[in-house]
Amino acid sequence: MHIQVEVKKQVATRGRKFALDVDFSSESERLVLFGPSGSGKTMTLQLLAGLLTPDVGRIVVGDRVLFDQQKKTNIPARRRAIGYVPQDYALFPHLSVAANLGFGLAKHWPWGLGKDERKRVAEFLEIFELTELRTSLPRDLSGGQRQRVALARALICNPQLLLLDEAFSALDALLRAKMRRELLKIQERFTIPMILITHDPEDVAALAQTVVCYSQGRVEQIMLATAEGCQVRETAGLSSLASNPCS
Amino acid sequence: MDNLLDFKPLWLTLKVAGLATGVAFLAGVALAYALARRRFWGRDWLDAFCTLPLVLPPTVLGYYLIVLVGRNGWLGRWLEDTFGFTLIFTWQGAVLAAALVSLPLVLKSARAALEEVNPDLENTARTLGMSEWGVFLRVSFPLAWRGILAGTMLAFARAMGEFGATLMVAGNLPGKTQTLSLAVYDAVQAGNDQLALVLVVLTSAVCVLILATAGKILRASAW
Repeated sequence: MHIQVEVKKQVATRGRKFALDVDFSSESERLVLFGPSGSGKTMTLQLLAGLLTPDVGRIVVGDRVLFDQQKKTNIPARRRAIGYVPQDYALFPHLSVAANLGFGLAKHWPWGLGKDERKRVAEFLEIFELTELRTSLPRDLSGGQRQRVALARALICNPQLLLLDEAFSALDALLRAKMRRELLKIQERFTIPMILITHDPEDVAALAQTVVCYSQGRVEQIMLATAEGCQVRETAGLSSLASNPCS
Repeated sequence: MDNLLDFKPLWLTLKVAGLATGVAFLAGVALAYALARRRFWGRDWLDAFCTLPLVLPPTVLGYYLIVLVGRNGWLGRWLEDTFGFTLIFTWQGAVLAAALVSLPLVLKSARAALEEVNPDLENTARTLGMSEWGVFLRVSFPLAWRGILAGTMLAFARAMGEFGATLMVAGNLPGKTQTLSLAVYDAVQAGNDQLALVLVVLTSAVCVLILATAGKILRASAW
């Protein structure tokens, strides 16, 4: 899937300024944004999802222009059809597992689910092995279960692209390996492109087709993962001594 | 003895306080959401302005209200010309006065409660296709409702006890605009200590009932 991100955004929080200035494109099904904390990875996902608006630039996903500052295009988050799983999964704490899954299917007041939608929820509960937990609240779930709920809730809306922010950071090492395999299976089943954020080189090795290395709000390097390891596709500037996730 | 069984001030008080709380609830929650989640010019000024009724003497508020909705006030004249209707010396005027003084109580607690809601939850709801209304009604409000209810209960109690602004706007007309607090004042002034005592006990009992109920609801609903 074609993804083009070419954006600039400046923010200031409590006197601290941060400037994001990134430009990358990819045809990969699994794109990994890699880099240290505070380098602008999460912000990039939020710009893609439409939760933040770039100062200037252009965002294209597939054949849809989601944002173009020059043409004054800015599709709102709710119409972007982009699934977003934030770092802490953001499960709705007041809703059961089944209600979390059905959340995006009920778009109009009074937000009831029709017969087809209820069937779809049941189907997704089954796929993600959550059927027995359907009446549980998020606080009673384990880390792995929470992640499955978050993935199912995003995928049930049929998004064109899935964004995962540090999807595995809350899990222990054993569970991480299992969830990586599950994620690959899910991708195969739903044939959905993904953009993942991580700072764990193991995630990169297991999941990445293309790696975009971030540093201080800029793209340092773009690498392609091949059977033999990583190949540098593009390098920005000379400061690319930044960690190579594949080495 | 007839006087002692006159429940009119109580019903009027409950009607006025109930409607005033409704108005304060709608306006307070809407303002709180805007203040908690939107960035706009003059936000701090709006906040300060809406908090004024909490600190200004009720008589000052009453004066402002007369200037605004009195027969010669710019809004009052418009109301009279357009609808042939005036708020001065009516129970609707008492509702307006009580709503104004109780607004900051809803606003303050609602804002604190809404700011506690994790913005990631609201953002995720947006990516799931929810409109801004949907985000508010299905995520923000359900997660903040306990704080909002607590503020609303306080607002109701405050509206019940409203005296100064009500007296100036709605007057003290027995059976028409005389609420409990005004009736207590009247009874004491007239030397009718027995009636005053009954009214005072009645008022206190209703307020205690409300506060205890609010406490129960709040405790019972933790998830």
